[in-house]
Amino acid sequence: MKEVAIVGVGLTRFGELWEQSLRDMFTEAALAAIADSGLDRIDSMYIGSMSPGLFVHQEHIAPLLADNLGLAGIPAAHVESACASGGLAVRQAFLEIVSGASEIVLAGGVEKMNDGSDVTFALSTAADQEYEAFHGVTFPGLYAMIARAHMHQYGTTREQLAQVAVKNHAHGINNPYAQFRIPMTIDTVLRSSMVAEPLGLMDCSPVSDGAAAVVLTTAERAKKLGKPYAVIRTSVNVTDQIALHDRDNVASLPAVGKAAQQAYKQAGLTPEQLDVIEVHDCFTIAELVVMEELGLVERGKSGPAVMAGMTTLGGKIPVNTSGGLKSKGHPVGATGVAQIIEIAEQLRGTAGERQVKNARIGMAQNMGGSGGSCVIHILEGRS
Amino acid sequence: MIVPRYTREIPQRFRLEAAECTGCGKIVFPPRRICPKCRGKTFSPRNLSREGKILSYTVIHVAAEPFELQIPFAVGIIETPEGARLTAQIVDCDFSELAIGTRVRLVMRKIQQEGHAGILLYGYKAVLER
Amino acid sequence: MIGIVGYGSYLPCYRIKVEDIARQWGRDPEIVKKGLLVYEKTVPGMDEDTITISVEAARYAVQRARIDPVKIGAVYIGSESHPYAVKPSGTVLIDALGIGPEVHVADFEFACKAGTEAMFVAYSHVAAGHMDYAMGIGADTSQGAPGDALEFTASAGGSAFIMGREKVVAEILHTYSYTSDTGDFWRREGRMYPKHGGRFTGEPAYFRHILSAGRGIMERSGLKASDFAYAVFHMPNGKFPQKAGKTLGFTKEQLEPGWLVPWMGNTYSGSSPTGLSATLDVAKSGDRILLVSFGSGAGSDAFIFGITDEIEKVRDLAPAVRSMLDGYKRYLNYGEYAKHYGKIHLND
Repeated sequence: MKEVAIVGVGLTRFGELWEQSLRDMFTEAALAAIADSGLDRIDSMYIGSMSPGLFVHQEHIAPLLADNLGLAGIPAAHVESACASGGLAVRQAFLEIVSGASEIVLAGGVEKMNDGSDVTFALSTAADQEYEAFHGVTFPGLYAMIARAHMHQYGTTREQLAQVAVKNHAHGINNPYAQFRIPMTIDTVLRSSMVAEPLGLMDCSPVSDGAAAVVLTTAERAKKLGKPYAVIRTSVNVTDQIALHDRDNVASLPAVGKAAQQAYKQAGLTPEQLDVIEVHDCFTIAELVVMEELGLVERGKSGPAVMAGMTTLGGKIPVNTSGGLKSKGHPVGATGVAQIIEIAEQLRGTAGERQVKNARIGMAQNMGGSGGSCVIHILEGRS
Repeated sequence: MIVPRYTREIPQRFRLEAAECTGCGKIVFPPRRICPKCRGKTFSPRNLSREGKILSYTVIHVAAEPFELQIPFAVGIIETPEGARLTAQIVDCDFSELAIGTRVRLVMRKIQQEGHAGILLYGYKAVLER
Repeated sequence: MIGIVGYGSYLPCYRIKVEDIARQWGRDPEIVKKGLLVYEKTVPGMDEDTITISVEAARYAVQRARIDPVKIGAVYIGSESHPYAVKPSGTVLIDALGIGPEVHVADFEFACKAGTEAMFVAYSHVAAGHMDYAMGIGADTSQGAPGDALEFTASAGGSAFIMGREKVVAEILHTYSYTSDTGDFWRREGRMYPKHGGRFTGEPAYFRHILSAGRGIMERSGLKASDFAYAVFHMPNGKFPQKAGKTLGFTKEQLEPGWLVPWMGNTYSGSSPTGLSATLDVAKSGDRILLVSFGSGAGSDAFIFGITDEIEKVRDLAPAVRSMLDGYKRYLNYGEYAKHYGKIHLND
């Protein structure tokens, strides 16, 4: 099978970008990625975005954004899997190169969440409309129920949840693109206003605008460019029933566990061989459960592990050196791509003060809704 | 107005009409064409019991617009005796009474209303068994 | 024998104390309570309305009737707070209970006696041989204008009665209705709160119609007050039904099981029907019960029931009214009460 490499990365700052529209943000990120790649051609593009229709009343964004990039005419497609839209866009680009249909593909993600739409409602469309959202449960509410069940089954505490936010903020301070570059304390998290018990405002990733893009091509072509690049060892997409109440164990994210097992098997790797991971910490509890599903710790032991510093930069397996969704921001469709960018930077050695020494193999785990879909990529650095 | 979408789900919202897979016995709510467990295609009708127990719950403090006036309110995942699962608000109680394992009854309540002039949407909610 | 084969009631768990409403409007709480003989009243949950109350009461009625609800041939809900001005409450109820689609449905309105009207028409269908079972329901989430006397008593609740001719629990021995155009209390289309004629609601309205109906049915039946075990009258406050009862020759003890208003408030179309339900909860085989409702506008429906042996078999199949009145309760302050009743003007 052809090897696919990431040769260019680009993103906007994440935050409340009042001056930038959806099309403007995407164009900025895409141009940066293309410039970074040094290539002068794009054969096709995939854009991940959860709901440009609900957020800015714009569908048909594939031709719109291709045109904005001066690329009207090339094949372009919008892909969606709620918060896993970005990861899915990269996967589709990867598959298109593997199939031989294209040589150089742009994969980007974008979300414009601050233009005045009902964000809580828009995000709730990732849940089961008729049997979850209809009853008033919100996206944070679903994760809050996962948290409650996890606390009940394993004794996980609010302090342990808070520590995830503290760690990710400590990482994010060193990320120039992050929405929040401020330290966080457990106390501040515990005292933040309640969103859905037991999750407070500081347990939740923010509402953000932003875009991120990567340029993919064959490893063959990447080699010829003469600079360090990252190869995609494996790309996995697993779906699960989208309603939380349909999962056997509410305190779990089975799609993530399945995706991780498939990814390890396809890449011939074990969790111990990962040097750095970006996980989908839409809420603090998500990072804890994902750690267990990825096999980094035994079920129920993620809370104590985070407290002990296992996943902090410098620890046994750094998680979310970018600052995670919590500190970096979470423009929904862009997140999956931004995670892959962080891993690519780590593997290229260009992560600055966030650098994990000798990072060779990294994973990006992107997830939709309350775990209805999971896209995982494992990347390997090549010089 | 979401009248057709709402009306279509009335058998489930009002009467808890579910389906039992004739192959593996799994109860699916709402009914669907293919069993998620065994991929069987034949079902027999089965109404859920109007009772269950709480598997998990939360109290919502930030809600989508149709629910803003109700905050804070509790929602939970309820498991009925026949093993079906559903998500519903839990009402008429003190939040301190909520616990995993608590028994509930399912009653009919108004779930949403579309502003001052739109339709009223009814469905199931849970109240604690006292 | 034709009569009630199943009955059920539902009261919300929320309450507000009359003294809290009095204080809100600068009135003396003790004087208000003594004057009305009402101490607290039921308040609907924000997610409750005449439809949801009717559904719960009807479920209990079906439980007691021990029939497949699909056999019910007509469903009438009487209320003055139907959630829609146009679109029946009854259609939601039939779909909720699995009644129909071969069923007659209509919503009734006649101030506080819409419930007994519904009961009368349901009974008449069975008596005429049109169908085996028919259901009449009285339920309300009545509104009183803020600061008005009615605000102390207007409350929420309802009761449902299934009429049939098999396994009758309370045979309907006589019915009577007394009606005239007496506009003591009304609400114009599109207005939120009713208006009333103050003291005109007393002698010329409530007492004229209730006493005429009471006397009328007793004359027609040849029965006197001492022939009855119990009597239930419409309860706009604690005092009116006591006075009506006394005037007709009844003792306080005869009124006692159905005299719920001091703790329930006036559930309008649910008032005397729920009083009847509470009385059925304690009545014995052989007892006779008099029910006289009153609806402003104005009119009174009267029924005489004869209790059968079946009452012992069905009574415990659903919760008693007292258990709802005295069971789990949540007290609200005036602000919460105003929010529950939709009295706060919201943005569009």
